Amino acid sequence: MALTYTAIATTTVGSGGSAAFDFTSIPSTYTDLQILLSARSADAVFLRAVNVQFNGSSSSIYSYKQLYGFSGGAGSFGETNIANTFVGQMPGTSATVSTFSNVSLYIPNYAGSTNKSMSVDSAPEINSSTNWQLDLTANLWSNTSAINRVYIYPGSGNFAQYSTATLYGIKNTV
Amino acid sequence: MSETLTKIVVNCETGEQQVLPLTAEEIAQREADAAAFAVAEAERIAAAEAAAAAKASGIAKLLALGLTEEEANALAK
Repeated sequence: MALTYTAIATTTVGSGGSAAFDFTSIPSTYTDLQILLSARSADAVFLRAVNVQFNGSSSSIYSYKQLYGFSGGAGSFGETNIANTFVGQMPGTSATVSTFSNVSLYIPNYAGSTNKSMSVDSAPEINSSTNWQLDLTANLWSNTSAINRVYIYPGSGNFAQYSTATLYGIKNTV
Repeated sequence: MSETLTKIVVNCETGEQQVLPLTAEEIAQREADAAAFAVAEAERIAAAEAAAAAKASGIAKLLALGLTEEEANALAK
């Protein structure tokens, strides 16, 4: 249970856009981590995927299972043994102007010695009855190392200006 | 001239933030990811479309059997 909630770092994309958020040297002094991402793609798409890697690892040891709902229905999808993990979608410039995603990543026991799981919910703020998608995702990084780096990046292109990522540390003791 | 891709690096110990160019390895990873995701996304969309088509086909057959639209939709949920 979270008893303290500390904003470790926050950053916002400037006018030139950015291809990634890279949180490094994450201290191991918390119980869990949470990242809140408000992001928009600079590309001319309705939706763009957002991916994550831990500790700079591109080894094919990531897996995820996704439950999704979109304007055409709902379903599930997943991948195993891939080089990153999908965490959600963000609107691009073809979507309603100035709309952003709302992605919440929760990483329990990130400094422990077991494989690392992560749960994610993602809801792009599309303001449209079409071209929207909601995702609930269960993610696994099959590595027992403590997580000290989180690298967040779009499936392609850049995060647009004003996209923001904030990393929180959560403790179960005061 | 191609665009130089950059990343925002946040050192969580010092609070220092830097905008740095992506490494060649990171660029290669992005390209591989984009190709892999395009394939996965196409598979997901195809599966969703197939499920929607199967549902519509099922409803049509139920209607042909004489069920009302409300009954057919209830069975197809």
